[in-house]
Amino acid sequence: MLAVALSLVLMVLDHRFAHLQQLRNTLAFITYPLHFLASLPVAASHWLEEVTATRSELLQQTRELRARNLKLGAQLQKLESLQAENIRLRNLLDASYKVGDRVLIAELSGVDLDPYKQQVTINKGSASGVYEGQAVLDADAVMGQVIQVTPFSSTVLLITDPSHSIPVQVLRSGLRTIAVGSGRVKELSLPYLPTNSDIREGDLLVTSGLGGKYPSGYPVARVARIDRTPNNAFARISAEPAAHLDRSREVLVVWRVKPAQPTGGSAAEAKPVTEAQTRTDGGEE
Amino acid sequence: MNSRGYWMIALTFVVALLLMILPLPEWARPYRPQWVSLTLIYWCIALPHRVGIGTGFTLGLVMDVVTGTLLGQHALGLSLVAFLALQLYARVRVFPFWQQMLAVLVLLVVEHLFALWVMGVIGQQTPPLIYWVIPVIGAFLWPWIFVTLRDVRRRFKVT
Repeated sequence: MLAVALSLVLMVLDHRFAHLQQLRNTLAFITYPLHFLASLPVAASHWLEEVTATRSELLQQTRELRARNLKLGAQLQKLESLQAENIRLRNLLDASYKVGDRVLIAELSGVDLDPYKQQVTINKGSASGVYEGQAVLDADAVMGQVIQVTPFSSTVLLITDPSHSIPVQVLRSGLRTIAVGSGRVKELSLPYLPTNSDIREGDLLVTSGLGGKYPSGYPVARVARIDRTPNNAFARISAEPAAHLDRSREVLVVWRVKPAQPTGGSAAEAKPVTEAQTRTDGGEE
Repeated sequence: MNSRGYWMIALTFVVALLLMILPLPEWARPYRPQWVSLTLIYWCIALPHRVGIGTGFTLGLVMDVVTGTLLGQHALGLSLVAFLALQLYARVRVFPFWQQMLAVLVLLVVEHLFALWVMGVIGQQTPPLIYWVIPVIGAFLWPWIFVTLRDVRRRFKVT
């Protein structure tokens, strides 16, 4: 009975407050060997795959990667000139701009967590400078944020977890809203948009950077379905995450590079956008 | 002798925990049996004077951290399982296998019920009906687990 009471207290504390994070981190550090052991079979199979790859396969792979690299390089040239132009224009407007983000490549460890929670573990931790609340991307889009760090591994909450919300912006119209996880791996919901808001199926949602957790401008999801019932105040909109949440093996952990001017600048930058946004919304209604 | 027994019990629990987080193919993930609960039930029935509610609670905490659930969710379930197993052990020991399976099924369902309740309270998405197949799978695994762990217990003379 004591154990029951104790576990109830623990659950309430863990759910409502953040006091237990320390205990959790300590326990996670102690149980890291378990995670390590469990991920061994997968690691071994990857290793075996690499070791037994034939020469012709490797050559083929190198050829493909070279071609891809060339293509990406060409795209990057264009991007660099655009970025320079963007910085110049922003300087004219007196707004600060962060030039780039620093990333670290991490690998998912082959460990299954609770199947009813949308989270994964990665093989980089505080020893590599990962911290709580950090954004995690895959090659295509935002995946989630770090919620727990141990020295050699960390746990990432995916954007599709029901307890996770991410501030987003519709790329086409600039409309800002919040995307909430649905608990299903291929669905996000956007519950806070009025029925008459300017959003269409196929619109790309990007991070707006407003919450301060995610850097702005990274793709998040594509609008899949819109259900506008006239007698509801809000439209029922669902979006499909652009990241391969269930398939990616390599992920990127992102550090936000601080803009030249400290926080005051970015707040000033955010404000005008907000006002302009509400104004355009009003105009359309 | 005594300390060696403890190590053996701890080792079986570690193996059970490993089985809980070992990667499975996507289709098999919802069917993962409750290895830790089954192991705990066995030790509670076999050695009620050494394994009990405290063990269940600690094990549950470790499992919460390892599988990333709310701290205390599995701790609650496993302490209850240990408590019920301690009430039943004298009877279950003399049951034939199929009656043991039924008793184990009840314990596993109780654990799942409490896990479901916790998930509901914290507003997590409720799992599909498949969820209730897991205790049945666990009950069918029971004879094998029982025999395996009994052999382990006899071989290493854990008392």
